[in-house]
Amino acid sequence: MSDTSTAPATAAVARWWNSDLVHSFRTSPVAVGAALIAFVCLFCAAFAPWVAPHNPFDLSTLELSDARLPPAWMELGSAKYPLGTDDQGRDILSAVIFGARISLVVGLASVLLSVLVGVSLGLVAGFRGGWVDAALMRLCDVMLSFPAILVALLIAGVGRALFPNATEGLAFGVLILSISLTGWVQYARTVRGSTLVERNKEYVQAARVTGVAPLRIMRRHVLPNVMGPVLVLATIQVATAIITEATLSFLGVGSPPTAPSLGTLIRIGNNYLFSGEWWITVFPGAMLVLIALSVNLLGDWLRDALNPRLR
Amino acid sequence: MKFKRHLVSAALVAGFGCFALGAQAVTLRVANQGDALGMDPHSLNESLQLSVLGNVYEPLVTRGRDYKLTPALATEWTQTSPTTWRFKLRKGVTFHDGTPFTADDVLFSYERAKGEGSDMKSYVGQIKEAKKIDDHTVEFILNQPFPILPELFTQWHMMSKKWCETNQATRPVDRRKGIENAASFRANGTGPYRLRERQPGVRTTFVRNGNYWGKIDGNVDEVIFTPIGNDATRVAALLSGEIDVMEPVPVQDVERVKNSPKLKVLQGPELRVIFLGMDQKRDELLYSNVKGKNPFKDKRVRQAFYQAIDIEGIKTRVMRGAATPRATLLAPQIRGYAADLEKRLPFDVEAAKKLMAEAGYPNGFEVKMNCPNDRYVNDSAICQAVAANLAKINVKINLEAETKATYFPKILSRNTSFYMLGWTPSTVDAHNVLYPIMSTPGEGGRGQFNLGSYSNARVDELTAKVASETDDKKRNEMIHEALKIHQDEIGHIPLHQQALNWGAKKDIELVQWPDNGMPWKYVVVKP
Repeated sequence: MSDTSTAPATAAVARWWNSDLVHSFRTSPVAVGAALIAFVCLFCAAFAPWVAPHNPFDLSTLELSDARLPPAWMELGSAKYPLGTDDQGRDILSAVIFGARISLVVGLASVLLSVLVGVSLGLVAGFRGGWVDAALMRLCDVMLSFPAILVALLIAGVGRALFPNATEGLAFGVLILSISLTGWVQYARTVRGSTLVERNKEYVQAARVTGVAPLRIMRRHVLPNVMGPVLVLATIQVATAIITEATLSFLGVGSPPTAPSLGTLIRIGNNYLFSGEWWITVFPGAMLVLIALSVNLLGDWLRDALNPRLR
Repeated sequence: MKFKRHLVSAALVAGFGCFALGAQAVTLRVANQGDALGMDPHSLNESLQLSVLGNVYEPLVTRGRDYKLTPALATEWTQTSPTTWRFKLRKGVTFHDGTPFTADDVLFSYERAKGEGSDMKSYVGQIKEAKKIDDHTVEFILNQPFPILPELFTQWHMMSKKWCETNQATRPVDRRKGIENAASFRANGTGPYRLRERQPGVRTTFVRNGNYWGKIDGNVDEVIFTPIGNDATRVAALLSGEIDVMEPVPVQDVERVKNSPKLKVLQGPELRVIFLGMDQKRDELLYSNVKGKNPFKDKRVRQAFYQAIDIEGIKTRVMRGAATPRATLLAPQIRGYAADLEKRLPFDVEAAKKLMAEAGYPNGFEVKMNCPNDRYVNDSAICQAVAANLAKINVKINLEAETKATYFPKILSRNTSFYMLGWTPSTVDAHNVLYPIMSTPGEGGRGQFNLGSYSNARVDELTAKVASETDDKKRNEMIHEALKIHQDEIGHIPLHQQALNWGAKKDIELVQWPDNGMPWKYVVVKP
C-alpha cells in the first residue's frame, strides 16, 4: 500500500532529476562547484550568529589588547582568532561572515527591488506602447548614460543629507534604494523587448478578444513568458549589486564602521597594507571575490542552460 | 607677414621663458590628510588651516625658526600702562594686490576677528578698544592687564580693508551657517607666498611673493598643497615620489618610511592634547535615549566614562606608542603645566560600572558621539576604541565619524552631546586652554571651544585673574588651582598628547613647529 503513496513522489523526483535544467546542472562541474560555494556563503551568512566564533558587532566583547593579531598559523597568532584581528581587536573571520551577511542582504534586497520596478515598468512600456513606452524608454536612456556607481553615490549622498541623524536601519535602506534605483533599467529594457514580441502572439490576442483586463493579461499571460531572461539577469546582477555595495562602502557612503560590510572591511584594512598587516584586507577581499565569482558562474550557467540555441 | 613673424618669435620667447622657469623653479608638493577648509584666516581656529594660511597672511607678531616670538607686521611694541599697548607697524609692506599695509587694516582686521561669525574671537577678546595713532602706530586698550598679549596675536592675521570691502568679504566665512564669500576662495595677504589657484578638496597652489618685505630663507618658488585622505594612498604617494612632504605619517607606516633610503621622518612632541567633551549644559541631551535629564551633569557618569577608557590600550594598540597619555589638557611644554596633576584616574571597568549604577544607570544608556576622521592622528580609530570600551559599562555609542568639513561646523555650533577635540594652545600658555576650553561660554570668545559648556564659577574667576597676573609664582598657583578643579570635576576627559610625524624626502630641510605649523619660507630643497 505504501507504494501507491510514494510512487508518484519518486516519479516526480525522477522527472525533476532528469529534466533538462537539472541534467545540465549535474553534468556541469563548474555550476556544481559554484553552487556549493554560494550555498556555503549563504549558509554562513544566514546563520552568522551561530557559525561565527565571535560577534564583531557587540563592541563590549572587543579586546583592544588583541588588536592586529596575525592569523593563527603565523607567529604571534592565536587560535582564538583563526584569521587574525583588525585594528580594533575584531576577529577577522567573524567580521567577514557578518560582513558577507550585510553584503548579501543588501545585494539580494536591491536586486529584488530593481526586478520589481524594472519588470513592472518594462511590462507596461512594452504592452501599452505609445507615449508611455517612449517616456519610459527615454528615462532609461538617461539612466544608462550615467555610470551606475555615480548615480548610486548621488542617491546615497542625497539620502544622507536628507536624514542626517539616520539610524543604521535607515542608512541600509538608503543604500539598498540607491543601488536598486540604478539597476532597474536593464530589466525594464529586457522585459519591454520580450513583451513587444509576446503581445502580438495569438494567445495574447485571444485573451484580448475574450475581454480579459489588460493588467491581468500582463500578469497572467505575458509575465511568465518573459521571466526567463530576467532570471538570468537577476542572478548576474546580484554579484554586481554586491560589488556596488562594497564600492560604496569602500568610498565611505555605505555601511557604518561599527557594522562593517565587506567593502567597509576592505577599506579599513587598506590602511594597513603597507605596514604588513595584510590579513585585515585580504580575507574580506577574498570573500568578496568568492561570492561574486560563484554567483556570476551560476548566472552564466543558467544563461546557457536556458538558451535554446545552445542546447 | 610681419605680424606672422612676430607671432613666431613671441611663441619662441614664451617657450624658452617657460623652459627657463621650469629648469629653475623649485616646487614643493605638500600633502595632508585633510584640506585647509577655506582661505579665510578668521573663519576656523584650526591648526592646519592656520598653518597653511600663515604663509599667505601674517600676524603682527609671529614665531621664528625656533618658535620664539619675533616681529612680523609690527616692528616693536611697548606698554604705556598695564592695559595700554602700543604697536609700531612695519613700513613699506604691501599686500599681494599692491595696497600698502597701514593702521586702518589692523583696525579692520580687529573688527572682523571679533565680529559675527569669527572663530578667532578669543584672540582679540582681551581688547576693549583699538585706536589708530598714525598710519603706522596702533594702540590697544585692554579690559584688564594681559601680559602675554603678543603671544595671543600670533594667530590673528591681518587682512586688507580695501580688498575685503571691494570683494564683499568684510565678515568672516561662517561655515556653521553655511556662509561663504570671496575670502573662502581667494586670498590677499602680506606673507611670503601668494595664493595662485584654489580647488577645494583637490589642490591649492601657492607661489612665492616676489615683493615680500622680509627675507625668504628657503628656495621654494611654488607650493602645491593636496589633501590625501586615505593613509595608504598618502604613503604610496610619498614612496613613489609624487609628493615631497606629507603629514601625518600614519603611525603604522613610520618604520617603513624611515627605512626607505630616500625618505626621512621628522618626529617631535606636539603641543596638542586630544580629549573628549560632554554636553553638561542642556537639561536633556540632543542625542541620547535618556529623556528628561542629562546624565553628563552627574559627575559620577563622567568619571565612569573616564575610568572605562583603556588609555594604555589606545596608546599601544591604536597609536602604536606614538602618544603620551595625559591627565590634564596641558602638554608639559606649555607654560603653567602642573606636573603633580599628571595622574590619571585608573582604568577600572568594575569601578566604572559601580559609578554608573550609583548614578542610576546600571543598564547604561545610548548616546551619539561625534568624531572627525581626517583631523587628528587615528581619530576615528580612537573613537571606535572608546566606543568599544564604553560598551563594557553598557553604554551604547552611536559613532558618527565624518570628515572635518562637516564635523567642525556641527560641533562648533554645539550640535553634539559627546565629542572628540584636540587643542594646541598657540600662545604656549595655559591661559589659552583655561579661557577658550574651560571657561563658561560668554563674551569675547570666552569658552568659544568649550563645546559642552562646562562651567565653574571659581575656574572663571581664576582664569580672569591669570590673564592679568604678572607674578609668575602667583600665576602658576592660580593656574594650578583651576586645573585641579577642572580635573576633579572631570570637565573634559583628557586622552593623550599625540606625536608629530612628518614624512619628507631626505634632501628637503624643514622647520617643524611644535604646534604642527609648517612655515614654507624656511623650506630648502637641495638640488
